Amino acid sequence: MSFLAANGSALLFYVFAALAVVAALGVVTLRNPMYGAIALLLTFLSVAVLFLLRHAEFLAMVQIFVYGGGIMVLFLFVIMLVNLHRLKETRLYWGQSPAVLVLGVLLLLFFGYFFVHAAFGPAFTQPQTFVRAGGVDGVGNSQAVAWSLYRDYLLPFEVASLFLLIAMIGAVVLGRRQ
Amino acid sequence: MLAVTTQHYLILSFLLFAIGLSGILLRKNMITVLMSIELVLNSVNINLIAFSYQWSNLTGQIFSIFTITVAAGEAAVGLGILIAFFRLRDTTSLERASELKG
Repeated sequence: MSFLAANGSALLFYVFAALAVVAALGVVTLRNPMYGAIALLLTFLSVAVLFLLRHAEFLAMVQIFVYGGGIMVLFLFVIMLVNLHRLKETRLYWGQSPAVLVLGVLLLLFFGYFFVHAAFGPAFTQPQTFVRAGGVDGVGNSQAVAWSLYRDYLLPFEVASLFLLIAMIGAVVLGRRQ
Repeated sequence: MLAVTTQHYLILSFLLFAIGLSGILLRKNMITVLMSIELVLNSVNINLIAFSYQWSNLTGQIFSIFTITVAAGEAAVGLGILIAFFRLRDTTSLERASELKG
């Protein structure tokens, strides 16, 4: 019991990291896109838990709302909209799959070597200074993010809203029936 | 006591990135390719959050909000293209997207 109490967050990390990786593999390997979308949803929710473990509570909620809610509904609607007949007889992968797999393993070894040997030292965790807004310490993650977003990053925030408007108009124009 | 460090997050993020990239390169179904792109963008977010915690700096979290914005826009436009392509070819297989192939 004390082992669980001492290592709870690490165990949570390993469980949800494994879940995220397995579900991501499912996205790539499952034949039916509907099952792939459900696997993708599982990945998003696991990643949201990992965000919580790194004290990004606001981002975890945004992850669930935007990815788990908005983007997943969009995907599911489109999958149901397009008629996926002849799914059985189509081939799943391109012909150059072995070459891609070899390249992927090489990439894995390359980055794995650097990630394992990169030492960042212990995390600089001082929760009091991590969530800080308007000169006040320890206010909570959402408040700190909002303070930073609406003061220091106001222009990028407005540009992002413009970007979303353009994306919406683009999607409507593309989906329109001629 | 088990400790989860930034390296753990980097390795997880790289695994998700590699899986997503292989999905983009390998799969023939356009819907799955779009979902793999979402996986790649999400793995970038994991990196940003991990480094935000590592150096106790909120900028990483702010930046990942913008990544999520871009992912949402990309999904909307990508699925719009998918619908238009399906109207044209009556399939979602990328094999049929060969108009520019000589």
